[in-house]
Amino acid sequence: MLRALTKAAGVAAVLAGLSAPALGAEAIEVPDYDFSFEGIFGTYDEASLQRGYQVYEQVCASCHSMDLVAYRHLEWIGYSEDQVKALAAQNTVTDGPNDQGEMFTRPAEPSDYFAAPYPNVQAARAANGGAYPPDLSVIAQARAGGADYLKALLIGYEDPPPDVDLMAGMYYNAYFPGHQIAMPQLVYDDSVTYQDGTEATAEQISHDVSAFLMWAAEPHMVERKRSGVKVMLFLVVFAGMMYAVKRKVWADQH
Amino acid sequence: MANAQASSSYQNPVIRWIDSRLPIFTMLDHEYRGYPMPKNCNYFWSFGGMAMFVLIVMIVSGIFLSMNYTAHVDHAFTSVERIMRDVNSGWLMRYIHMNGASMFFIVVYIHMLRGLYYGSYKQPRELLWMIGVVILLLMMATAFMGYVLPWGQMSFWGATVITNLFSAFPLVGDPIVTWLWGGFSVDNPTLNRFYSLHFLLPFAILGVVVLHVAALHITGSNNPAGIDTKGPKDTVPFHPYMTVKDGFAFILFVMFFAFFVFFAPNYMGHPDNYIPADPLVTPAHIVPEWYFLPFYAILRAVPDKLGGVLLMFGSILILFVLPWLDTSRVRSAKFRPIYRWFFFLLVFVMLVLGYVGAKPAEGVYVVIARIATAYYFFHFLILLPVLGKIEKPLPLPRSISEPVLKKGGGPTPAGATAKPMEKP
Repeated sequence: MLRALTKAAGVAAVLAGLSAPALGAEAIEVPDYDFSFEGIFGTYDEASLQRGYQVYEQVCASCHSMDLVAYRHLEWIGYSEDQVKALAAQNTVTDGPNDQGEMFTRPAEPSDYFAAPYPNVQAARAANGGAYPPDLSVIAQARAGGADYLKALLIGYEDPPPDVDLMAGMYYNAYFPGHQIAMPQLVYDDSVTYQDGTEATAEQISHDVSAFLMWAAEPHMVERKRSGVKVMLFLVVFAGMMYAVKRKVWADQH
Repeated sequence: MANAQASSSYQNPVIRWIDSRLPIFTMLDHEYRGYPMPKNCNYFWSFGGMAMFVLIVMIVSGIFLSMNYTAHVDHAFTSVERIMRDVNSGWLMRYIHMNGASMFFIVVYIHMLRGLYYGSYKQPRELLWMIGVVILLLMMATAFMGYVLPWGQMSFWGATVITNLFSAFPLVGDPIVTWLWGGFSVDNPTLNRFYSLHFLLPFAILGVVVLHVAALHITGSNNPAGIDTKGPKDTVPFHPYMTVKDGFAFILFVMFFAFFVFFAPNYMGHPDNYIPADPLVTPAHIVPEWYFLPFYAILRAVPDKLGGVLLMFGSILILFVLPWLDTSRVRSAKFRPIYRWFFFLLVFVMLVLGYVGAKPAEGVYVVIARIATAYYFFHFLILLPVLGKIEKPLPLPRSISEPVLKKGGGPTPAGATAKPMEKP
């Protein structure tokens, strides 16, 4: 029995460690949700991102790290310098060694990267039944379907069909490749209380946190699209002028 | 050249002084202003210059990236993400470089297909074509090693699969692979040497491009009619005619490039490469970048590993002997009624190979890949030699200016109307 359990945990670990497209023999259609950042004029909705950060802090961060995002980056989603300082200070990070050669903990500062829930991969696996909760910094780019996929996944928990044998410690999800996911359902109606008073439906929570994860993966997306529009306008004018010059120069050849 | 001093007609004393000692201005004037271009060239003739342009864009953006990149298995992924987040305009440089690789291949593939359609590889341009194939091989090596540098899952596993190909060779195979890796798996030494070579090879490409252009300027450009130019009536000076025409084409191309950089930067990439490399977790489908897919399909079409490797390399090396495989003396497919259709069939087959290359090597995809691979080699090894003997080409025009003048009606000969440019 014990051996069977360890074996199942091992399989679960491998499954959870696998990347999104890894298991899906059949391609799972992900719904196309409306996000404010879609399209060439898309921008991030700062209120939604701030709610998403709140969800990350209160729900995701207890298992998932976000190593590539620093608290100072939160200024890019509309928090003031003082707010960022306060948000950072709610977390504790390990620093050191000090002049006694000891490591010590201190409240996080804006320059610190997001505090990780576990000191290393092994600790993360040990705490999660062998499954490793992946780092979420670029998760929205590392999964086919991006934010749409993440949102669908978070509210995609279902009772398994009768012919599916769930492995120990696994949950059935309609959108996870292979359908067996080690992460339990965490997003329910009112599972967070939004500071800005927005009604926290499961749909709203998954929407906000998926948008936040997209921002975390590509914080400069809005800047990119805005520059793109300017570059394109310039090039259209340039192309028109160049075509006129070309016509004029070649006029004596036609 | 030898008599540059006498011919140096520059007014500016500094330029005159330099030019009479090192006739660089005379050379540039001769090669880039006066260079006679056949006047009937269409926009497909702009792709060579575009390829040169992308090469320079890649070198410049790459140098900026290298200032912030760390070639170490523990830091490579993070350093790339740092470029994306914290380096000023780092996201722009990286997206330009990342999509630039795809743009380079799009442009070069079109450039090569133009050569295939209009017979640009035929006498007297055989060496020019062969130098081009060398550039293609160098580009492929550079692109492959560059894709490894971000050290994502596809980087790591792509590198593992491709370097492992060499193990197919009997006896020397395994030692070669160990030697390539600098160890017993793709690891830090591999990443370091790939970075080093990825930095070096573009400059090698630049050198070979100079040879390519030099060879071109000896034979002169081919043209859609595929017939030799007969004097200034058939040509226009490179400047201003081609500079404005290419300039217009370049801007359209830059718009295409910019669209991907600004609005769909990850469209041609694979999401798995945003997962840090993990030697313990193999992705279900290891797919190379799109520009390698046709060759990847050929590799996997053969059940035997060594056979697949040989066919894959053979599919590119065969291009070296293409000038001698094609026995037809008519260059342009415009005047080859049968070849023309087989050319489009070849393009179609390459697209099919690219499609199946992205699919898992199983079931119907393997069958399609085998048929397409067989056609690819049939096209070059059997069809081209035979077709040249049996095909009856259409009558060729007597000169380039004849069809051009007939169509457009401009009676003035080119040489007389080309406006001489002011010298500096």
